[in-house]
Amino acid sequence: MGGLFTPLSWNDTGFILTGIMNTILISGVSIFIGTALGVMVGFARAESNKVVNFCLGSVLDVLRSVPLIIQLILFSTFMGVMGSPLPPFVAGTIVLSLYTMAFMGEVFRGGFESVQNSMIVASRSLGMTYWQTIRYVRFPIGLRSVFPAWLGVALSVIKDSALVSVIGFMELLRTSEQLISRTQQPLEILIGVGIFYFLISYPLSLYGRRVERKNAA
Amino acid sequence: MNYEFHWNVVFQKMPELLQGAFVTLHVSVLSMVLGIVIAVFLAIAKMNNKPPFNYMASTWIEIARNTPALFQIYMAYFGLGAFGIHLSPYMAVLCALVFINAGYLAETFRGGFQSIPDAQYNASKSLGMTNFQTYRYIILPQMFRRIYHPMTNQFVWAILMSSLGILVGMNELSGETQRFQSLSFRTLEFFMVTAVLYYIITKFVLLSAALISKRLFRGEI
Repeated sequence: MGGLFTPLSWNDTGFILTGIMNTILISGVSIFIGTALGVMVGFARAESNKVVNFCLGSVLDVLRSVPLIIQLILFSTFMGVMGSPLPPFVAGTIVLSLYTMAFMGEVFRGGFESVQNSMIVASRSLGMTYWQTIRYVRFPIGLRSVFPAWLGVALSVIKDSALVSVIGFMELLRTSEQLISRTQQPLEILIGVGIFYFLISYPLSLYGRRVERKNAA
Repeated sequence: MNYEFHWNVVFQKMPELLQGAFVTLHVSVLSMVLGIVIAVFLAIAKMNNKPPFNYMASTWIEIARNTPALFQIYMAYFGLGAFGIHLSPYMAVLCALVFINAGYLAETFRGGFQSIPDAQYNASKSLGMTNFQTYRYIILPQMFRRIYHPMTNQFVWAILMSSLGILVGMNELSGETQRFQSLSFRTLEFFMVTAVLYYIITKFVLLSAALISKRLFRGEI
């Protein structure tokens, strides 16, 4: 009997794979853009005076204190109302990247501030220019020390990318949701999804902890 | 741009939105309290190294930390249905938040406990303190100071993540907003006000936490 609900079959593999690829794609792109922006923002915050710092800090603070899901809905409706609706992938990437930037900014700021002033003074007195100091001293030392924290934020972005489903992007959780409404087998599908996220996140978090221990020792 | 803002619709619904904000706070506070209690047991089980319990605790902690919050909520709302357990949206979000909070806080507690050197324990013992006194006066106060800040962050995180209740039709701030915007079609206005309310709530929580910590840890480093 070809009823309304059909069980999960091998024909769904392609559909699920699309979801997986989309999850990887949107988190990868957002982490990349968010990291690049985060380095700039973090450096700007470590470098600038109190007033600039306060303004920049409050913008980032808003991004961190409003739930991501509200930001996503707000941004995509806003663009729609303005007469230029964006495709879900673009809107999702923009919001997720800015959200990532807000957290990465703090991480990198801490990294840049951990570079001792005496090191900067020493490199300047060796005849390095301002830009050379940044290129050869502040960036390498500042960035290396924050790797575990960076990885932590990146992992949380992979997990938060599941929320982009609310504005209609077909990532893994949304494909599974659609499969659930067709097959009525929520448990099997959800456990599969959970295992996928776990397999990405767990090894990386173990690696992050190992690096952290090595840095501390 | 030819969009006309209609704020009146939103302000008429303000009492309901504030009611929703109260539910948001309610569910996050409850999830923290229950999460802390469970986290203490998980942390103890993990540090004790007694075979069945430490593996159970590790499994709980790693699943909570390595899967999306949305997944946990779906699991509680749709997944448990397979076992004949049908939770209300409120209970589903609460269970998911408790599960995750417990996982994260257990690691926080373990880290806080291990950050206190063994030497202090031995020193207080050799001063003739009992086990209870050692924990009461030496270990726990220092530990509390170290985990206070991560705990505040976890609380803010719980408030923000309770917004996922919107997806299972819960009546907290986001869910109420969703309901009213679908009645009035003033999506933008409603979600802007909600965003501001969330900002105010988190700022309020962080500010109170800072004031409390100033009082609690007065005169200490």
